[in-house]
Amino acid sequence: MANVLVVAETRNGELRKVAFEAVTAGRKLADASGGGEVHALLAGPAGIGGKAEQLARYGADVVIVVESADFAQFARESLAATAADRARAGRYRAVVLGFSSQGRDLGPRIAARLDAPIAADVTELAVTGDTITAKHPGYANKVIVTLTLSGAPVVLSVRPSAFTAAETPKAGRVEQGQATPASGPTVRVTEVKEGAKGRPDLGEASIIVSGGRGLKARENFKLIEELADAFGNAAVGATRAVTDDGWRPHADQIGQTGRQVSPQLYVAVGISGAIQHLAGMRTSKTIVAINKDKEAPIFKVADYGIVGDVLEVVPALTAAVKEARKGH
Amino acid sequence: MKIAVCIKRTPDSESRFKVAASAAGIDETGLKFDLDDFASYAVEAALQINEKGGGGETVVYAVGPDSVQESLRKAMSMGADRAVQLKADPVADGIAVARALAAELKSGGYDLVLFGKHSFDNSAGVVGTATAELLGLPCVTAASELNVSAGKGTARRELEGAAELVEFPLPAVVTIDEGVARPRYPSLKGIMAAKKKPLESKPAQLGAVRVTIARMELPPERPAGRILGEGTAAIPELVRLLQNEAKVL
Ligand SMILES: Cc1cc2nc3c(=O)[nH]c(=O)nc-3n(C[C@H](O)[C@H](O)[C@H](O)COP(=O)(O)OP(=O)(O)OC[C@H]3O[C@@H](n4cnc5c(N)ncnc54)[C@H](O)[C@@H]3O)c2cc1C
Repeated sequence: MANVLVVAETRNGELRKVAFEAVTAGRKLADASGGGEVHALLAGPAGIGGKAEQLARYGADVVIVVESADFAQFARESLAATAADRARAGRYRAVVLGFSSQGRDLGPRIAARLDAPIAADVTELAVTGDTITAKHPGYANKVIVTLTLSGAPVVLSVRPSAFTAAETPKAGRVEQGQATPASGPTVRVTEVKEGAKGRPDLGEASIIVSGGRGLKARENFKLIEELADAFGNAAVGATRAVTDDGWRPHADQIGQTGRQVSPQLYVAVGISGAIQHLAGMRTSKTIVAINKDKEAPIFKVADYGIVGDVLEVVPALTAAVKEARKGH
Repeated sequence: MKIAVCIKRTPDSESRFKVAASAAGIDETGLKFDLDDFASYAVEAALQINEKGGGGETVVYAVGPDSVQESLRKAMSMGADRAVQLKADPVADGIAVARALAAELKSGGYDLVLFGKHSFDNSAGVVGTATAELLGLPCVTAASELNVSAGKGTARRELEGAAELVEFPLPAVVTIDEGVARPRYPSLKGIMAAKKKPLESKPAQLGAVRVTIARMELPPERPAGRILGEGTAAIPELVRLLQNEAKVL
């Protein structure tokens, strides 16, 4: 029997989707290690404790609530120290967190503090005796690597959307915890610029509409926005050609050097399908491509392709999708 | 300012990969290796900071077998002053690599230590941040903008649906995302000069290695793509498939 500590990600006083996915992954790991407990660390500003019940619903036996004014922002050093202290005190088998921008930052800090082995961007987990094996995609999703980690605890950061958050209600007994202050010089947040409101994040969206240079001009990106709106709650992505030209912010870039996404539906509009772009989206469940060149490499990975001019096809598709979703 | 840049050598991202017969690595035959993309952004960032500051020193470090010397030379041909190889067989344990780098950098007197935000081969992004922790230095991860001046720096980080602006004191560790600097091509003069720049090689102090590669495999192929038709005429069929086959509408 071995317990697992999950570091639940919050931002602006809310739990992030990846927090529930990490709890689900932690639950799997605890169950596979002979029925251990999942303890979720819920750190945030005053009042964050109110979210404990949500973590219990996804399988946390215990929720350790740490409320501190410092955690109103991403106090990375203190958060890592708090998680590492708790991991040490609780003798956990594993520390699990999301491989989000926050988790990418925290995971190695916690591992270094615990002198623990770490596997990042994990998509599958298994326990055999004393070793944990973790799969993660390498070489820009072109190779699947299976790692063996020995020793305890181990730190595991799970790829967003790889573990589907599943409700398995547990007691979620609340314990109050203490924040460990940073011991050295720290990084201080001076400002958080919130992106465009009203759209889900690329990593969390189940539908992404993405535009490439084939749109010809910045103004035409509104066609992409309109198609995304027609689908309901879709996110908007772009290629590097587009972010380089400043039509869209760098944060919207999908690919090897941008975001890596696996939505249910990825609509590639005026995108050639360069290998570096495919690296970021080829694991999408269904891919649709619209391109005027029938030889474009994007068609090799597209489940459904339409050969045609985006300026003509996209508005018509937007209308058809709206029509199909009438009543939603 | 005195800047260390820790780099990695990785295969060309456009390659088609095959798994080696041992199944514990990729088949390297025919692959072209180079300085990793994000590492090259970090080298460029360091060079620009020192060029702007008019002086300083840029030292590149790599943990790995002798093949990494080629990438260390590449960084020197871009303009880095000298290089250090911490010799080791390839290791999958990022904490062990961080241990070796921290042991070496500890007494280096660096104002700034730069890394790529992650490397192409495993995109884990562990080594830079873990090295910072072991050195007890503040660390900004995945900076898409970076400004440093005497004793302090500011940076921007992309979050999901937001961006974070931060400030930090020096010395510090920063891992570099796209956006900070586009790497220059080495000039012929740079390549010639790099041949004469010092490259020191010594054993890496890895300590315990607790992460190993058990297996590599290729992901299942996507079924071959399918073109439904041309122009707006193909839209009804697309909508039908999105509703009935893909079930996303
Ligand atoms: C180290 C490195 C890292 C990179 N990282 C990334 C990354 O993370 N993400 C990324 O996206 N790229 C990345 N790239 C760039 C990548 O190689 C491509 O250059 C880029 O993806 C191309 O973007 P695009 O498809 O928008 O443009 P293009 O390749 O120019 O393609 C435009 C497409 O639009 C089509 N088209 C044109 N007009 C129309 C029309 N009227 N109607 C319909 N179709 C039309 C064309 O047929 C063409 O296929 C990277 C490159 C390098 C070297």
